[in-house]
Formats: sequence, structure tokens, C-alpha cells
Amino acid sequence: MAKTISIAAASLVLMTSAAFAEGHCAAGKTLTEGKLTVATGNPAYYPWVLNDDPESGDGFEAEVAYAVAAEMGFAEEDVVWVRSSFDEAIQPGAKNFDLNMQQYSITPEREQVVDFSAPYYTAPMAVLVGSGAVDTPPTFEALKSLKWGAVGTTTAVPKLTEVVQPDSDPLLYGDNADVNAAIIANQIDAALFDLPTALFLSAVMIEGSKVIGQFVPDASDNPDQFGMLMEEGNPLKTCVDDALAAMTESGALAEIEARWLQDTTGVPLID
Amino acid sequence: MAKLELRGVVKRFGTNTVCDGIDLDVEQGQMVCLIGASGAGKSTLLRCINLLEPTEDGEIFLDGEDIAVPGLDPQSVRARIGMVFQSYNLFPHMTALENALLAPRRVHGLSRTEAQPDVEALFTRFGLADRMQNYPDQLSGGQQQRVAIVRALAMKPEVMLFDEITSALDPQLVGEVLDVLLQLKDQGMTMVLATHEMGFAREAADKVCFLQDGRIIEEGPPDQVFGSPKRAETKAFLERALK
Amino acid sequence: MTQDKAAGMTRRERFEAQQRRRSLVIAATSTTLVVAALVIFVPMSPGWEKVQKSFFNGAVLAQTFPKLLDAFLINVMIFAWSAPAIAVLGLLIALARDAKSPALFPLRIFGAAFTDVFRGVPVILTVYLIGFGIPGLGLPRPWNSPYIWGSLALILTYSAYVAEIFRAGIDSVHHSQRSAALSLGLSERQMMRDVVLPQAVRNVVPSQMNMLIALQKDVSLLSFIGPVEIFRQAGVFKSLLANFTPYVGAAIIFLFVTIPATRYADYLMSRQMRERR
Repeated sequence: MAKTISIAAASLVLMTSAAFAEGHCAAGKTLTEGKLTVATGNPAYYPWVLNDDPESGDGFEAEVAYAVAAEMGFAEEDVVWVRSSFDEAIQPGAKNFDLNMQQYSITPEREQVVDFSAPYYTAPMAVLVGSGAVDTPPTFEALKSLKWGAVGTTTAVPKLTEVVQPDSDPLLYGDNADVNAAIIANQIDAALFDLPTALFLSAVMIEGSKVIGQFVPDASDNPDQFGMLMEEGNPLKTCVDDALAAMTESGALAEIEARWLQDTTGVPLID
Repeated sequence: MAKLELRGVVKRFGTNTVCDGIDLDVEQGQMVCLIGASGAGKSTLLRCINLLEPTEDGEIFLDGEDIAVPGLDPQSVRARIGMVFQSYNLFPHMTALENALLAPRRVHGLSRTEAQPDVEALFTRFGLADRMQNYPDQLSGGQQQRVAIVRALAMKPEVMLFDEITSALDPQLVGEVLDVLLQLKDQGMTMVLATHEMGFAREAADKVCFLQDGRIIEEGPPDQVFGSPKRAETKAFLERALK
Repeated sequence: MTQDKAAGMTRRERFEAQQRRRSLVIAATSTTLVVAALVIFVPMSPGWEKVQKSFFNGAVLAQTFPKLLDAFLINVMIFAWSAPAIAVLGLLIALARDAKSPALFPLRIFGAAFTDVFRGVPVILTVYLIGFGIPGLGLPRPWNSPYIWGSLALILTYSAYVAEIFRAGIDSVHHSQRSAALSLGLSERQMMRDVVLPQAVRNVVPSQMNMLIALQKDVSLLSFIGPVEIFRQAGVFKSLLANFTPYVGAAIIFLFVTIPATRYADYLMSRQMRERR
């Protein structure tokens, strides 16, 4: 249903477009001509993708993907989904996708080896704690004494070392699933996630856990902005950026965000 | 009653009958030599006597007691019967002295200080006093074999078994080992030897037994067995062996 | 000096000395040419600059090396407490598998099952199952530490291999040693303890060295359940700096430890071969 609305909206904008192969920005720039290959995580989490089923178009990133595709002139059935691990995509080199949407934060280091689209979401970072630490107040002081964990390759690591500066060394893991396992096993008290993911995990995945606070967006460094990841130098970037710009202007992007990321209010700021 | 009496001892390996009903008496203080071709059953018979191999049938009487009863704990018997092997089988990770001290300490429960004097006396008696702290790989073959004899004697056994103990030695080292055997005999030890040393057997043995195909074909004093053998098989064997 | 020597040398000595000089010159020339070719032609190959920047970046190496060394201490620590435990448990399992008395039969079955399972399951699976699974049953801190359970996973796995090597060692002690020990009146247990095991352990030291070296590397598998040892630290740097040189740095640190170890193991092995002959 959500898919249909976005595509209808996008179609209005593209009223004058003819057959895909001619005059479209993305022509000749995708892996497979006429198809847009989008990658997501394995599994892909709520609220970014619902039920690990991106083809349904349900979920913030899933819907944004279909909307951007439509902006660029791809029909629903021309969007092909593949899976990739978080790590795989940020290696330098050729990719087996056109775009990868997996809550990738845009960082200058990563930009050296891959390209990002314009941001499609600004994500505050939030603190998720296990059942043993739910009474921790959302202050920097209190956070220091917790036992922290994080995914080793994410922006959570520098945030921990620079902003939180915990008293004991954090434990680092290969992916979110392992961080969750560690919280459940009570080997760590707390972990950083982008706010929507944190809320999902506390509501559904980790019993007794709680999101105790989020970081003020300008805390020490740039706020985490999510971008679609693609191969370095990919000419598709301009098309994607144009599509996102159009969606931002028309308010379509904000609408999708409101639909899926509604309940991110009410989480206290950490000070 | 003889010190050691074998009655109808039978030993089989699979379908192969190696000892086929052996009767043998060994009196206290006697030296009995077993001669015969390889595979005749000499080694196996010795290993049956000290219960390294279980017998299929027959009795073995040590001081009148049957030690071949199935299920009997062999340990106490083996402590009374010493054995020396063709390839010495010294423990390579221990010195000569430690080799000899091991069993008295473990089996008789003696401490090092209790066991050492007697053992050292044995080494001295057989001319090995200066070799006690050496490891086996630092000793010649003849020295190793003499240490093996001392090791067995350290347990103060009542009977000693010798399984072709000079067969693996260089000829010039054989003599020193045979001298030890003569010394032991003079001290009154009951000894059973499987041997190829015909000259020694003729000189020193009290009784010689010729084995073939698992049976004692002929036995008697050495002069008789070597000088005027009764059986054709014995004659044939001696002719081949003494050529 | 050489003149005097030459005056006193036999014809064959002179010839062989000349041959040696020739071999030396040829070897030196050949090696110089190869090294020069590598140094000159490899940088000329296309893409070399990119590869060098990505993998052999001196600046990155210098920057990350100290922290990598720090992280390696964790590897060393885990190795240091795991190795003795493996030696002990491996020996016990080997003895369990060879237990002869009927009363100890369950022990034999347990030993066989133990070695089958822990040699059969990939180590990383065992690390996950034990490292996460057991703490997940609700143990309190610090008893649920990934260091404890991850190390236990390594210990259980490696004990299985080490046990089999010990068994082979026990079998390799010639049965004539047993005959000698038993003929002296020693019990089976005394024979094992005083005669067979000391020899068995000595016999398999070279093989066990190889196991040790493998363990040194497999300690990195604990990085998957949290500890920031060298592999994980290199990964963090790789993400931060978008560069693979930290992995190369980690490899270098490993080689510093494993090369002497493998050389020593080879030395022990060849010495044993020589002694056997």
C-alpha cells in the first residue's frame, strides 16, 4: 500500500517521461540495464525493512529505495534486491549492487573508498542498555561506568572512544546480531545504535532492555547521516542525488520518514 | 618338589600353536638351557613362565603353587621371577641406576635411600659401578645388557629367565655378559635360558632342552645332548647350528 | 696467508676451494639480479601505487603499530592460560580413551565422543556456541566473561587434537618397554606413569609444537565474541582509516612469534628423525 502511494507520487513528477531506455538519467549506468540492484542487510531489521522482506516495500529504507527507483524511472518489478554484509560493502572495489542501503553513516574515511548519495536521513545515536542497567541516568558520567560493546567497523567505535570515554575497554563484535547476543548474555551493559534501531531492539529483540537516551545531534562530531552506498566513481550518483533532491523538495521523503520513524520522540537527551 | 614345574603348557596365537604341551622341571639352583631353531617356542615359553603371556592350558608350579590359574594377579608372581630380554629394553629416559631402582621403589615400596645400597652393590659386583649415572644411549651393548641383568636382580627374584640375551650383541661383548651369568650360577640362582650360545650351554648348563615345533624333543645333561644326541632332529639341528 | 695455505693444500682441496668460490659468486649474482628485478619492476606494474597505499602504507603502519602490539598482548594472554590447560586436558582424555578396566568403560565412551565432537565441529562454531551460548543461560558477571568461555571453547577443541597425538605417542612406545616394565612386577598404572608416559610425551613434542603454533593463530577467533585482540583491532583501524595496512601489521606481529616457533618445531622434528636412525 505504501509502495503504491510513493510510486503514484513519483509518477506524477515523471509525467513526461517516455520509455525507460531513452533520456533517463540511469540509462547505461546500472549493473543490469533496465534494472536497479539494491542491497540490504542480512537480516534486514525493523524499522528499516519489515519482516526481512524488502520486496514488500515495507520499512523506511525499503520504501525510500522504491521511491528513488521510481524517480529514476524504474518500475517496481525492475528493482532487484540482494543481500550483503555491512563490512563487505565498505571494502574498496567493484560491487555486486548499484546501491546499498544499510544505515551507512557518511564519513570522510569511507568516502575515500566508496561513494555515498546525498543523505536520506539524519540519525541521532542512542544508548541501548540491557536489563541489568535500565536504571542508569542519561548522563555522561553514568555512561562511563557501564560495560560497552559495539560493532567494530561502525561509527559507534569512535563515538565511544571520543565522546563517551568509558572506564573499561569496550568489547567489539562483527555485527549487530553478536552485539545483541552479548547484551542478552549480560557480557555488556550498553551499546550504541542509531535511534530507530535501538528502539526496535529494545522493543522486540532484547527482553528487559531500554533505550535510556540519545546523543544531542552535534555532540563532538557530525551527526550521523545515512547515505546510499555505491561503488567509488559510480555515475549513478548524480541520478540518485537528483532523485533524493526531488523527493525532499516534494516532501515525499519526509512523508516516508513520518510513516516509519514516528516514535523516535520521547527519548531523553544525554548530557 | 622342583622350584619350577611345567605340566602340559599350551600356548596358541590364533590358529598357531606355539607351545604344544611342554613338561619341564627346573630344580633350585639349576641352570636349564633351551635350544632350538627360531620359532620353536623358546621365547614364548619363557614369557608364559612369568605370565607375560596367558596360557591356554597346563599348569606352572612355582614352589608347588600353580601360578597359571586364569584370573590370578600376575604382579606378585612377576616380582619373584626376573626376566632379561634380547634387546635389553632399558628405559631410555632414566639412568642405569634409576632403571634398577624403579621396581624396588614402586613394587616393594622402598624409599630411594633404602633401596640404593643393595642396588649399588649389584652394580659394583658386576663391574658397572662407574656406569650407574649413565643413560642407556651412553653405554655399549654389553654394558646395557649387564645393566638389564642388574635391574632384574634388584628385585631379588627367586628365578631368572634369559631370552637369548647375547643374540643382539657384538661378538666381543658377548663374553662379559656370559661371565655375569656364570657368577649368578655360582651364587645359586635358578636360571632358565633360551640361547644360541652352544659352547656356553655345553660348559655351564645343568640341563639342556631341545625344542622343536612347540615340544621338548630331547632333554638331558649337556654332554649327552651335545655329545650323543638320541634324536635325529637334535642331531640335524646341532649339525646346522655348530657349522 | 692464502699463498701459504695453497702451498700446503692437496690437489683436491684446491679444486674444491675453487668450486666453492665459483658457487658463491654465482649465487650472489643470481640473488642480486632477482632482488633488483623485484625492486625495479614491481613498482612499475599497473596498480602498484594503489596496492602500496592500501596494503603497505608506511604512515598507517607507524600510526597503528603501537596499539596493535597492545592488542596482541591479549592474544598472548589468552594463549598463555589456554596452552597448559590444553596439555593437561589432552593427556587426561588420551588416558580416558585407553582405559582398560571395565568399570571405566563410560570414561572410554566419553573420551571417544569428546574427540569426535570437538575435532568435528569447526572451531569458530564452538567459540560461538560456548562463548555466547553458555553465558546466555544467565550467568552473573564476571563468570559470563567471553574470555572465560571463549578460552574454554579453544581448550576443548584443542584438547581433542592433542589427546589424539598423545595416544599416538603412547602407541609409539615399543611394546618391549611394557614387557620389561611388567616383568619387573610393575602394575599397569605404574608402567604407564613411570615408563610409557614419559617416553610418549617426549616422542610427541614436535607434533604438539605444531598444535601450539596453530593455537597461537586461532586465539584470534575470540575476536568474534568481543575481546579486542589484534585481529579485531586491525579491523577497527581498517574501518577508521579505510586502509588494509593494519592487517599487514598484524600479520607481521604474528610472524615475529610464529616463525621462531615453527623453526624450533622443525628443529625438534629433525633431531628426532636423526635419533631414530
